[in-house]
This record gives sequence, structure tokens and C-alpha cells, in this order.
Amino acid sequence: MKKEPMISFPHLGDYYIPIKFLLTHLTDYKVIEAPPITKKTIELGTKYSPSFVCIPFKYNLGNFIETLEQGATILFQAGGGCRYGYYTEVQEQILKDLGYDFQMMTIGQNKIITLNYLYKTIKKLNKNISFFQLSYYVLLTLFMIHFMDKIDDYIRLNIGFETQKNSFIDLKKEMLASFSKTTGFFSLLTKYLKYKRKIKNLKINKPKNCLKVGIIGELYTSMEPFSNYFLEKELANMNIQVKRFTNASFLIYQKKFKIKKMQKYIKKYCTYELGADGMDNVYRAKFLSAKGYDGLIHIKPFGCTPEIGAMPIIRKVCEDEKMPIIFFSFDSETSEVGIKTRLEAFYDMLKIKKG
Amino acid sequence: MITINAYLGVDIGSISTKAVIIDEENNIIASDYIWTKANPIHAVKTLIENLEKQIQNKDIKIKGIGTTGSARKLIGVMLNANVVKNEITAHAIGTLSLHPDVRTIFEIGGQDSKIILIEDGIVVDYAMNTLCAAGTGAFLSSQAQRLGMNVEDFGPIALTSKNPTKIAARCTVFAESDLVHKAQMGYKKEDIIAGLCQSVVNNYLNNVGKGKKIISPIIFQGGVSKNIGVKKAFEQEVGENVIVDENGHLMGALGVAILSKSTPLKSEFTFKIMEADFDTKGIECKGCSNHCEIICVRKNQKLIDSWGNRCNKGALK
Repeated sequence: MKKEPMISFPHLGDYYIPIKFLLTHLTDYKVIEAPPITKKTIELGTKYSPSFVCIPFKYNLGNFIETLEQGATILFQAGGGCRYGYYTEVQEQILKDLGYDFQMMTIGQNKIITLNYLYKTIKKLNKNISFFQLSYYVLLTLFMIHFMDKIDDYIRLNIGFETQKNSFIDLKKEMLASFSKTTGFFSLLTKYLKYKRKIKNLKINKPKNCLKVGIIGELYTSMEPFSNYFLEKELANMNIQVKRFTNASFLIYQKKFKIKKMQKYIKKYCTYELGADGMDNVYRAKFLSAKGYDGLIHIKPFGCTPEIGAMPIIRKVCEDEKMPIIFFSFDSETSEVGIKTRLEAFYDMLKIKKG
Repeated sequence: MITINAYLGVDIGSISTKAVIIDEENNIIASDYIWTKANPIHAVKTLIENLEKQIQNKDIKIKGIGTTGSARKLIGVMLNANVVKNEITAHAIGTLSLHPDVRTIFEIGGQDSKIILIEDGIVVDYAMNTLCAAGTGAFLSSQAQRLGMNVEDFGPIALTSKNPTKIAARCTVFAESDLVHKAQMGYKKEDIIAGLCQSVVNNYLNNVGKGKKIISPIIFQGGVSKNIGVKKAFEQEVGENVIVDENGHLMGALGVAILSKSTPLKSEFTFKIMEADFDTKGIECKGCSNHCEIICVRKNQKLIDSWGNRCNKGALK
């Protein structure tokens, strides 16, 4: 018996909402997101991954296994400028070896996601789609991502100071649910403005000289809270303002326009690009120091080559700028208690330094 | 007799449990140090009992309690502590109270090792070992066992070596197989032991101390600091004098005791803690496939605290 075709994809923070929205509108198939990440996910992923592969690979693979069990038959994966570029092929092979029957699709090729390549991919699933139709929905999805990221930026700066617990998160959940029912540009904009107003109206009690910390580092561990042991939530509990640059908006379209500017800003430290997002993080370290931030947290999967290359340079920047920084490497064997201890000590250090 | 206001600091490490009682001027009135033996509750009970004996003849009122070390949360609940602090901050504060001019603290304990850099009396940078146990006390004790001797004798024996053997560092597994190899090749025992001390130092400096500017005065503490061989290896490697304080093992406890002075006590403390029956129980939450393990702390069979849940589904009480 042939199974009913069903599309699925791995998790990355809240971005399953725009991705699901896009894929639903581009094809006639049913689209499901992978079941939420839990310890089970990473256990499954670790079990079937090469042991020294970076942690996002394991999470993605765990997501795929769980979603295949739910009946998915078509999987989507992207790619990037590091090991991420090989994820699709290797994961496809592992899953096929495990005996799953599915079709693997990739939306990126040679490091970049282009509209043309996406069109070719989608055409395989939906012969009737026109290039115009595709462009329309891609643009609409990009706007949705852009709005989500804008709201998230505001939340990160303020959630540590909410007067009513969970008020930000509850409202954001409501917003995401409403975003998923978007019908067009006008509907999306109305929803965005409505929730922007609501979120900005939430009561906060933020002192003028609160602690400010920047999160820099690799993209997956930055964007998927489960993989960084809910670092941002911990920081919010410590009443810290958090700034994070890495989000989908940045990676998909903002980065292209910023590379030249970033390179110029850190000329003293880097002559060349560092691969993946290494150079961006050197830039951010310098930028946040200039902006008067109190500390930096650099996160990466254990063994992330581009970030390992960037770390000594970031350390140098922080030395020159007298900027406190801690580095975290995440793996499936990371001890949560160890992270908490270091984070607490980091907080104490910043707090005492600030006086 | 005048009543002395005193503060209790307890540092519950993986291998040993330390406690101090200090007065308002940070003078140590009583202190003790015992093995944890993987039973922090029992260790703390014994320790408190020992402390009580030491202050029997004085009229002391405990005004604050602080806990630190890896079991700080559990013991914090048990003692009703007003300060529960991570060991990095606690060690820094404790050391600074005795050595205000310190710039670098090396700390090697049973299970972890850390480096703390201090500038103008405040912590500016720190690191804790993230990768392995190769640079810690546990490694030294396991190797002592292999060589059939007490780890306490390592220091003096290491000092007698004129030609320390090079032992592959980086990883306990490599180090151990290299040690066996060197022993079978006929290297002298004292040379091997001196080599081991050096490998601990090399591991520490390459791992925890990587990229850190080490400036003197340097203070070396934690259980391994009692090993004079390691101290000497540090001095050779760093090229600076390394200070080992005789109270080096108490710094964490001293630090939290000092910290507990600034916060008011939640409830009065009595030394009668032996009489209460504390136990812990781990239960698995069945709310989702996360299967969070929730630790429940019970006093006389009554639940007093619980933790370990990631969401509200697992909230007890």
C-alpha cells in the first residue's frame, strides 16, 4: 500500500511556523512539523549519528526519525557553508540504511538558498506551480520571519524585566498561532501591528543600568533554545537584557548586505572571512563592546570548526576591549549543572564588576 | 560570656566536604573537613556535629548560612541557607578575604579544576575544566592506586626525582597506558610520580588555563594543592612563586560564610540537625518524552523542596 505523501522538516526555534506556512501553500500535500524536541529526540539522533558530528546534525536526525514515525514521506533539509552543507546527503543515507522509505529534498545548493533552486525543488512536488506564485509566498514568508524576529528582538531586550511572569511568552504564543493563519500581506501586517502594540504595552520594570549581555556564536545553538539548554530563559531569570544577532532574517537576507561593512569594521583583526558565521561573531564582539554591553556569551556545538577558528580572534577583541566573555560548547553529553554553575559565576562577575 | 554573632559556610564537593564558622571579622572560629563519600547529607550532618563540639564552650549565635560546591542546592535546602552560591564566586571571595592582592587562583579539586583571574579585587575572568578529568585529583588518586601507594605520599616522593619521566598528558586513558608502559620499561617510581605531577600541571595549563594571562601573586588551592610535587611542577612551568595557603581547602566555605553576612537569615539555625531525618527521592515525570528526573527533598517524610522539572507539568508541591 502506498502511503499518503506527507511533508516534514526539522525544528529550529519557532521557525516551524513560517516553514510550514510556506510548504503548505507551495504544494498540495499535507505538511507536518517534526514532534517537539525532547530528550528522546536527541537520544535518537545521537544513537544513529557519527559520534563526532556537530550537535545540530544529531538534533535534525532525531527530528527526522520522529517525524518519519509519524508518517512523513518527504523530508526537507537546508544547507550552509560548513558541515551543514553535507547534512542532507549524510542524513538521507543514514535514514535509508535504517530502512525508512522517503524522499529527501534540499532547498539549498552550494551554500546558498536561491529562488531558482527552490523553484526547481518545489516543481518536483507540484508541477502546476508558477514562478510568480512561488515568489509571492516566499516573499510573504520572509515578511513573516522578519516580523517574528523583530518581535523576538524586543522580547529579548525586555523579558527579563516583565512584571507578570510569562506575559511575554504567552502573548508571543498567541501571535505565532495567529501568524500561521495568515492569508496575505495585508492580513500579516495587521496581525503584526496588533501584536506589536500589545507586546509593547506589556508592563516591564526595567532599571536604566541593567546588565546587558550579548549572545554570539553558531547559528543552530543560537536559535534552537533546547540545544542551548534554554540559555536565554536562564538569563531572563537573572534580569539581564539580551542581544542576539543571529536569526533567520539575518542569515537569509541581511547578512549579504552587511558583509562589506563588517569586514571594514574589524579590519584590524580579520583580513579574510572565516567561513560560516565566524567573521560575523568577531564583528559582534567588537560592536557590542562599543555599545557598552557588560559581557558576551559565545556558544557553539562541540567541534564547530568555523567558530573554533573565530574564538582566538574574539578572545583578542575582548582582551583589547576589556570585555568579559565565556565560551560554551554544547554536545549531547553536556552537563546541565556545569553550564548553570558557570553561568551563575559569570553573572556574579558582571554584577560585582558593575558595582 | 558575650554572645558572638557567627556565620556558617559549607562547601560540599564531590570528594570532600568542608565547613567553617566565622565571626564578624571573618576570623575562623571552627572548621572541619571530611570525605563526602557520595553521601552529602550524611557528610554534612557529621560535619555540623563536629563543629558543634569545637564551639561547645563558647556562646555562639549563627546569623547566616551559606552553601557552595556541587551539592550546594540540596544542602542549602537542608540547612535552610540564606546564600547558595556557585563555587567560583565563593572561592574568589574567600581567597580575597585572606589575600587581597591575589591576581590568579589555581584550584584543582577532586572532580574539577578552575582558574580565576582577579584584577583590583574583582573577578575578571575564569574557566572551569570542560573536557575531562585528566587534570584533577581523581586522576592522581586512581594512578596512586595503580602504583600501589597512598596519594598523600606522592608529593614528597616526587620531590626526590632528579629526572621526571615524561607522561603523555591530555587524556587519562593515554596517560594511564603511558604510565604502565613507562613502568614496564623500567623507569624509576619516583621519576614516574614526578612525571605524573607534571602531566597534571600541563593538562591544567593547556586545558583550563588556555589563553589566560597568569600574573603573580598566584594562589594554588583545592585538594591537589596539598601535593607539594604538583606545586613545584607549577612553579617550574609558570616561572613564578606559587603560594599554597594552609587553609586553602577552606576557601570556598569561607567565601560563602562571608557572603551570608549580607543577607538576613530566613529561620533560626540550631545544631539539632542530626535529629531530623532527611532523604531524597528521584521520580521520573511522565508528562512528555523529556522524562525529567525530579529530585524531591524530604524532611521527616515531608516534602520540603523539589527540582529538576523543565516545565510546569512536573511542578510538585
